[in-house]
Amino acid sequence: MSNLLLDITTATIDWSRAQFALTAIYHWLFVPLTLGLAVIMGIVETCYYRTKKRFWKDAAKFWQTLFGINFAMGVATGIILEFEFGTNWSNYSWFVGDIFGAPLAIEGIVAFFMESTFVAVMFFGWKKVSPGFHLASTWLTGLGATISAWWILVANAWMQYPIGQTFNPDTMRFEMTSFVDVALSPFAVSKFTHTVTSAWIIGALFTVGVSCWYLLKNREHKLAVESIKIASIVGLVASLLTALTGDESAYTVAKTQPMKLAAMEALYNGGHDQSLTAVAWVSPFGQADYANEQEPSFKVGVPYALSFLATRDFHGYVPGVNDIIKGYTDHSGQKQPSLKEKIARGQTAIKALQQYRGGDKSPKVRQAVADNIQYFGYGYVKNADQVVPNIPINFWAFRVMVGLGVLFILFFLVVGHVSWRRNIADPKWRWLFITAIVLVPLGYICSESGWIVAELGRQPWTIQDMLPTWAAVSDIGSSSVILTFFIFLALFTTMLVVEINILFKQIRKGMEAPQA
Amino acid sequence: MTYLFLQHYWWLIVSVLGALLVFLLFVQGANSLVFSLGNTPEERRLVVNSTGRKWELTFTTLVTFGGAFFASFPLFYSTSFGGAYWLWMIILFTFVMQAVSYEFQNKLGNILGTRTFQWLLVINGIVGPLLLGGAVATFFDGSNFVVDKMNITDGFQPVISHWANASHGLDALLDPWNLVFGFAVFFLARILGILYIINNVDDDTLRQRCRRHLLYNVVPFLVLFLAFFIRTLFKDGFAYDPATGHIYMHPFKYLDNFIEMWYLTVLFVVGVVLLLYGVIRSYLCESYVRGIWPAGIGVVVVVLSLLLNVGWNNTAYYPSTAELQSSLTILNSSSSMFTLQTMFYVSLLVPFVVAYIAYVWWSMDKKKLTREEIDTDDVY
Repeated sequence: MSNLLLDITTATIDWSRAQFALTAIYHWLFVPLTLGLAVIMGIVETCYYRTKKRFWKDAAKFWQTLFGINFAMGVATGIILEFEFGTNWSNYSWFVGDIFGAPLAIEGIVAFFMESTFVAVMFFGWKKVSPGFHLASTWLTGLGATISAWWILVANAWMQYPIGQTFNPDTMRFEMTSFVDVALSPFAVSKFTHTVTSAWIIGALFTVGVSCWYLLKNREHKLAVESIKIASIVGLVASLLTALTGDESAYTVAKTQPMKLAAMEALYNGGHDQSLTAVAWVSPFGQADYANEQEPSFKVGVPYALSFLATRDFHGYVPGVNDIIKGYTDHSGQKQPSLKEKIARGQTAIKALQQYRGGDKSPKVRQAVADNIQYFGYGYVKNADQVVPNIPINFWAFRVMVGLGVLFILFFLVVGHVSWRRNIADPKWRWLFITAIVLVPLGYICSESGWIVAELGRQPWTIQDMLPTWAAVSDIGSSSVILTFFIFLALFTTMLVVEINILFKQIRKGMEAPQA
Repeated sequence: MTYLFLQHYWWLIVSVLGALLVFLLFVQGANSLVFSLGNTPEERRLVVNSTGRKWELTFTTLVTFGGAFFASFPLFYSTSFGGAYWLWMIILFTFVMQAVSYEFQNKLGNILGTRTFQWLLVINGIVGPLLLGGAVATFFDGSNFVVDKMNITDGFQPVISHWANASHGLDALLDPWNLVFGFAVFFLARILGILYIINNVDDDTLRQRCRRHLLYNVVPFLVLFLAFFIRTLFKDGFAYDPATGHIYMHPFKYLDNFIEMWYLTVLFVVGVVLLLYGVIRSYLCESYVRGIWPAGIGVVVVVLSLLLNVGWNNTAYYPSTAELQSSLTILNSSSSMFTLQTMFYVSLLVPFVVAYIAYVWWSMDKKKLTREEIDTDDVY
């Protein structure tokens, strides 16, 4: 009856996706610095607690001031994301809310309150609580932010690799059957470790960048040198851990989201002994012609590396886009159905559900639902193009992320050596100072590229294989979503401009001058 | 633990969070009075810094309230947020602007100026409580939506819930009773804000001004709240048959709920007495500055009793005026038993969280905010 009143258009879907992407990208501009700077300022304040030297207190307050400016923006942009699941993805909220809502609620109860309670002590409690209590508050603020990251990444990982649930035809939704499977999914573990360690890199790059600016301007020497020493170690450890966890993350993607890996590699036709593409020409203008091209032109690869990365076997089988569409036998010998078969099974699941809801609750119908529900989402798919993510964006974003990640390892090795073994305040390191400043925005580009790979690579699925975006969206006119999109764009951009200006002014003011 | 127990338990948890949120709206209430209470830039800064040390708690409670609703009653999350799109979006926009206003307003490099951000606090202080109150009023008055889970099997339009008109939630503001309750919450937030400032800021000038404004806000609050409350008691309510799930109109439903759940009536009366005690003593006695505590506890208790009234005793807590059988109850909109049970264990952490918040609050507020601190210390 009521579906006659619905008015879901492709514009609504596209703009809802655009709005979520916009708000998520903005949010992710601020979260990594919060997570990363929390570690740096925690270490700096610990130095104050142990030495009781005034310098360390002033240094901690300086970094905390910058943290506070950034933190406010993270909070402001974060609230939208949680509620957008309801406002723009209402079908999704019902269909998987039984599983997805729990991590969000736990995040609020366990992490947000910790963060919001102790951040006030950190900013305003220097003269109100003991130094030990204050130090604990600083670390608890960072810990709260990190626990928050854990739960939101558990939720995100479940969207990429749904596990620990079953479909209930009576309620017409997926329901959780194992909280442990959801909370400790291997996808969640690798996603969390990769994301948080990459955020520490941003914190370290920011600290080194700001400190090098001081050295370039020949001021705040002690603050700069001591901060660089701390940040270089944090940055080196973090960048090595990020590489390690990135490898694990890619391995998990290969097992659970082969289409995403194929898009990341622009691998149209897979096989054994696959090389990892170092460079190739994949036109960024429009979707790749995966159905007709054999492989991208000018491809230079590392032999066998992709097979090893995906299967831990140099000769392992890695499917390409066309293999996934046509069906293939994976590295473990399991036959993966073709897209055509998946669509047929998805449609069978939908048809069986219609019968079930229509009153036919016979064992046969129940079995038809149970047997085919894992391909439920494919029942909404009409053609192959719908299930292939944007290859150029994934391909290039992945290369930007990995390339910059390798650069950061080298950078922290150099800056660590110079700061600990040589006199980094010497003007002869001017080239290093300039490099450090340039790397700060590149750190953000690297971080956002990672998210683009993670999120665009799983398109069209809001939940892998279960629910495509066009079945997850709310029933809102596209004009409403377009309007809110531009309000968010204007609001966040204005706030970002103000924030950057304030950050620059605070950095220019430096540590010695009293805080405003 | 039965499924029914868990559904009631989670409505209790959501109601507690909702009640705490209304109490914590004192931040918005005081912010809406920034320019009334603060005649000078220094006084305005006192007000902003006083609420500035608590705003994150309000914000976090709002987010956790949303998260808890999502986890325990996802159909509400799906239907209300996805349907009343504009109502929630406007609320969220004002909270987004509030979040940066504290940090940015007095910082070097603020290219928009201090007053811009103070006005954003005022806007959030007015619009936030007003619309949140209006949204809560729809629990009693109904909203214009339809839910049909069968739509999931529709290949073209698989959305299960939709708003039955094009306003996407703004129609709630056309119902005068929703506005009455919205404005009641707005004035209540201002009362709590004033009481909080009296307690938190050690400044005679500001405290005197606060007491004057207390009266201006108490009178309209009492008139609006009593009007809404009395009307609600005597209106038809939305009930359901627990055996069949069939939803029907029940005369004097909310009055009957108070009678049948007498403990809610006791809670309500105790809450009202505490609120009035806090307000009246704060107004009459110049040396009394702790009015926020009895009044705040009173508000929590009153709101809790109202939310339990609308969710328990076979009452549809989110009624549909477009199609009665689409109305949401704690039975038809909740998560599965497994999820509610898992979340039950998580909710056992709540007392621990409340305890450390209380300890930190006490530690930070032992010394009241003064003009000297504004001039010399780490402040917004």
